[in-house]
Amino acid sequence: MKIKQLSIFLENKKGRMRKALDVLANNDINIRAMSIADVSDFGILRLIVPVPEKATEVLEENNFLVKVGEVIAVEMSDKPGGLNAILKFLDEANINLNYLYAFVDEKEQRAIVLLHPEDVDGGIRALNEGGAVIIPPEEVYNW
Amino acid sequence: MFWNEEEECMPPLKREELQLERLQEVVEKAYENVPFYRKRFDDAGVRPEDIKTLEDIRKLPLTTKDDLRAAYPFGMFAVSPKKIVELHTSSGTTGKPTVSGYTRKDIEIWSEVMARGLTMFGLTEDDIIQNTHGYGLFTGGFGVHYGAQKIGATVIPISTGQTKRQIEILEDFGSNVLIFTPSYGLYLAEVAQEEGVNQDNLKLKSIGFGAEMWTEGMRKEIEKRYGVPAFNIYGLTEIMGPGIALECEAQDGLHVMEDHFYPEIIDSETLNPLPEGEKGELVLTNLTREGMPIIRFRTKDVTALRRTECSCGRTFVKMDRITGRTDDMLKVKGVAVFPSQIEKALLKIDGLEPHYQIIVTRPQYLDELEVQVEASPSLFSDEVKELVSIKRKIENQIHNEIGIRVDVTLVEPETLPRSEGKAIRVIDKRKFD
Repeated sequence: MKIKQLSIFLENKKGRMRKALDVLANNDINIRAMSIADVSDFGILRLIVPVPEKATEVLEENNFLVKVGEVIAVEMSDKPGGLNAILKFLDEANINLNYLYAFVDEKEQRAIVLLHPEDVDGGIRALNEGGAVIIPPEEVYNW
Repeated sequence: MFWNEEEECMPPLKREELQLERLQEVVEKAYENVPFYRKRFDDAGVRPEDIKTLEDIRKLPLTTKDDLRAAYPFGMFAVSPKKIVELHTSSGTTGKPTVSGYTRKDIEIWSEVMARGLTMFGLTEDDIIQNTHGYGLFTGGFGVHYGAQKIGATVIPISTGQTKRQIEILEDFGSNVLIFTPSYGLYLAEVAQEEGVNQDNLKLKSIGFGAEMWTEGMRKEIEKRYGVPAFNIYGLTEIMGPGIALECEAQDGLHVMEDHFYPEIIDSETLNPLPEGEKGELVLTNLTREGMPIIRFRTKDVTALRRTECSCGRTFVKMDRITGRTDDMLKVKGVAVFPSQIEKALLKIDGLEPHYQIIVTRPQYLDELEVQVEASPSLFSDEVKELVSIKRKIENQIHNEIGIRVDVTLVEPETLPRSEGKAIRVIDKRKFD
């Protein structure tokens, strides 16, 4: 149920993000979803790709610092309050959320939120119990 | 105006006689009382009685900071501990600092040379001197203090920091002479301006500055900001502290107090003496120190000596301001910092690659030290807060080691220059030439 996510360390320097994306493009790796967290002098680029292992390998070959982590993909209704309904399940289970980012799945005409709670397994349990629709990795990698 | 006209204006030949007499005496005492020197001289096959002329000093082996460190804490003392009345230390590179011990007579000499220098700056017993040099193991604060006390001036031992208070005291007490490091002085001036201090309301007549490298441009700026002349002070803890060489009203080099310190300039590669006027490494010998006489100490400071007649009438040789170092020591905010100290701090952090670069800048007037460190797989976390806390941890570790705050920047792996031969660890963007 967990989605593999790549986190890439980027210096806050001109052209660094493009360099990372070039590596992926040259290896024919498509990006499904992404977000970036930035601090003053560095940033963390987070990516969901169909082939996380291969992407990690080619990025590391190019001296990028990569960590593979896990996030949870949850379907949400694309209307006001949609995200709140999901966050409520985590809140009620007393699970802290580190970050999230959301995308629209055009094929299925749905919105997807990617969640990274402090406790990923606990998060999945809470979401399941609450009745949220958790999207399996295959669907995320290939949407 | 002279503090000690007889000594300061002594005819050169007469002084040379005095220097030779003192050199012979100090070499003999060092040989007799300091096992380190006895062994050194014996190994070099030289005996105190071989010193027949001043040039014979070149027969004696050089002493390095490593030698002093190896003698930690009291191995260089030439007198019994009960005769030592004061201790100071200089900052250490790795591990132990070097210790400097003073007898009552040494403190007296230190006071005397600083009194001469402060007199050059125009300080008299009627004046108030505000000493922003730190009091403590650092010799800066006490050296100035002793000299001013010797003159009989009123000392405000305020130390560094408390900048607003400094300004308040400068105005309210009417300080006549101000002592600071150039960068702190410029900072103080900025704050004074912000506080709306009017130069005309101050009673300043001169400034003494030292303990870090500076440029003529910085001097001009200091003089403009305070509206009074600024004079250079040179010294180092190993030999005594501030007071080894000071600038007179001619502002054309520093007079070395040659009756107490014997200066030489050597080529730092060949270790051969260099002719007068040539730039090289300054080597100093204590001619009169009892507690810890140091023979031919390699200061690693780059300067030149010029024996020209000075308009002030003093016959002391003149030394140019320090324009560089023969080692990789940096003076940042007046504090001696060696790259090896930063490396040591980095190695204390698990998982950190020892690839780093030090960047020193002086954006306005204050030095800033940035340390770039390569992030490594074991350090990298997907969490921003964890990365920030690692950065803080590295900053604190370095702060503990060198005593000043730095800014750590995490950079991507393999982006810093690798050591091919001598790694470029330091980029000093300040200009001192």
